[in-house]
Amino acid sequence: MKMKIEIKDIQCGYAGSDLIIRNIDLTLEGPKLVCIIGPNGVGKSTLVKCINHLLVPRGGSITIDGTDIATLGRRELSRLISYVPASSQECFSMPVLDSVMIGLYGRQGWRTSRTDLDRVYETLRLLDLEDLAMRPSNALSAGQRQRVALARGLIQDSPILILDEPTANLDVMHQMYVTEMLKVITARKGVLVIMICHDLNIAAQFADEIVVMGRPGVVRTVGRPADVITPELIREVYGIDSRVITHNGAPHVILEPTFGDEGVHLD
Amino acid sequence: MTDRPRYSRKVIDSVDQWVSRGSTVEESEERFDRYRRYLLLKTMFIIACVAVMVVVLGYSITVGASNIGFIETYRIIWEHIAGNIADDIKDYVVVGLRMPRVIGAVIAGAGLAVCGVIMQSTLLNPLADPYTTGVSSGASFGATLAIVANISLLGGELFIVGNAFVFSLIPTAVIIFVSKLKNASPTTMIMAGIAVMYIFNAITTVLMLWADPNATQAVYIWQVGTLSKTNWNNIPIIAAAVLAGTCVTLLMSKKLNILATGDESASALGVNANKLRIFNLILVSLVSATVVSFTGLIGFIGLVAPHIARIFVGPDNKYLVVASAVFGGMLLMVADLLGRTVISPVVIQAGVIMAFIGGPMFLWLIINKKSNIWG
Repeated sequence: MKMKIEIKDIQCGYAGSDLIIRNIDLTLEGPKLVCIIGPNGVGKSTLVKCINHLLVPRGGSITIDGTDIATLGRRELSRLISYVPASSQECFSMPVLDSVMIGLYGRQGWRTSRTDLDRVYETLRLLDLEDLAMRPSNALSAGQRQRVALARGLIQDSPILILDEPTANLDVMHQMYVTEMLKVITARKGVLVIMICHDLNIAAQFADEIVVMGRPGVVRTVGRPADVITPELIREVYGIDSRVITHNGAPHVILEPTFGDEGVHLD
Repeated sequence: MTDRPRYSRKVIDSVDQWVSRGSTVEESEERFDRYRRYLLLKTMFIIACVAVMVVVLGYSITVGASNIGFIETYRIIWEHIAGNIADDIKDYVVVGLRMPRVIGAVIAGAGLAVCGVIMQSTLLNPLADPYTTGVSSGASFGATLAIVANISLLGGELFIVGNAFVFSLIPTAVIIFVSKLKNASPTTMIMAGIAVMYIFNAITTVLMLWADPNATQAVYIWQVGTLSKTNWNNIPIIAAAVLAGTCVTLLMSKKLNILATGDESASALGVNANKLRIFNLILVSLVSATVVSFTGLIGFIGLVAPHIARIFVGPDNKYLVVASAVFGGMLLMVADLLGRTVISPVVIQAGVIMAFIGGPMFLWLIINKKSNIWG
């Protein structure tokens, strides 16, 4: 599996509102873990929704392996891309097992087979959720719910996996575990993983490529973590001072508690 | 020392096991057995409801002026089916007079409960019921127009029923129109439904202000809902609508499950949430309009039955649709039975009894069970 997404000059926005994404050109080729970083409100989620065609671009084109996604039906696209939104709601509390099994829609028959059930449990085990299989979703913590949503995305077994802040509610151990797991999955299964991430160190340590969105709707730069994660870029994009050291073969950001000024003592 | 990043052996092993689908045969069998037991519990609830329904159905038919026993009732029904009628009078009382009312209760209750399931899953709202989109206000207006102003789109036996049916579809048409203009989000649909409901209710009230006392009473009786109008002529029509609606809902039960995870998740899984929501709305309005046209407005079944069924079978619509249908049918039959027996010989309409049963039931659900069934 070696999927290539080519985004050419797309403009995109929500219905009835101004453009959020303006003239973005971007090529992402798997297998790779791509992290999209940038401040709040620059259009990271809008961009991934465009790639998944949940938002229809007002201009430009997006192709997957040369096929324009506008020509693909919703069902065909769902076979190519698994998408895990930033938050998912469940009006009625569903056991974790059933919630993850929903991800098999279109891939299983009317009755749940032994193979389907095995796949659900294997995915639950991967995400440290096996013991919670029969627990209703409203009895889970936010982090556990996030891992359930991730399990639902993983079980779809698509060649492209798009994740909107998959580590937002996770503790540090699970943030590390999940991102490292995604990195290993790209290597083992040849998947293209695109994830929005706010933790620069997680992105720097595990991403093969980082997409930086600086100003609203615009990609500032794309590149390997070592090339992208620099104090200058962090200052330009986030407006904060930092030092960048190398740790475990990757850039590691140490943020300064000042926002571009000289800093003073509290007392 | 190398500059290559290090990764955890535990993570690599976990992913490798996942990729190689590393479940052992013993694990697989144990899980599958446990899962089958989980499904069996759901099935048991449905079977238990059917068993209770059969018993209550028999008892319900025994209630009336003519003294016909429980076992005798089933014997008469069997003789009728076999074409071997021993007593014409008793056969007429059981099959001709009493059975249509009881069977009508089961079918109407099942239909309204299934509509409730669809609406709650579609609008992602535990308070949704078949009337949320204004079906009741439209039907009520149609019936009032026929009774009070003598104006109906259809004549003969369908003078009131036909009007109620046609007008009950108007709120849905308005909601779909508004949804097409804006978007088909649950909130848009609910708000549009409320707006249409107020408009129809206002016109109905004006009509009733002009009506003579007899017409007002007739409208009032129609509005509280009764099963006294069900007969072997209209039962096939209600049954066809309810059966078709239930089958269609069962077929799209997986899509309903997906819809409950939110629009973005649903779309990402290949389900067009907006289209499905509009389809469901049309389905509910057709089924509930058919039921309501013949029975009047029977409330609470569509709200309470899905919630109670959800306690026992969970929110998986594959089981919930059937469980709600069976439980809803049973509940309305019991409500009708109580209405005929509590202060006999005076009959209280099933709609009134349902409100008496449904209100406390709903309170009990809110107080005791919220954490288990609502997200």
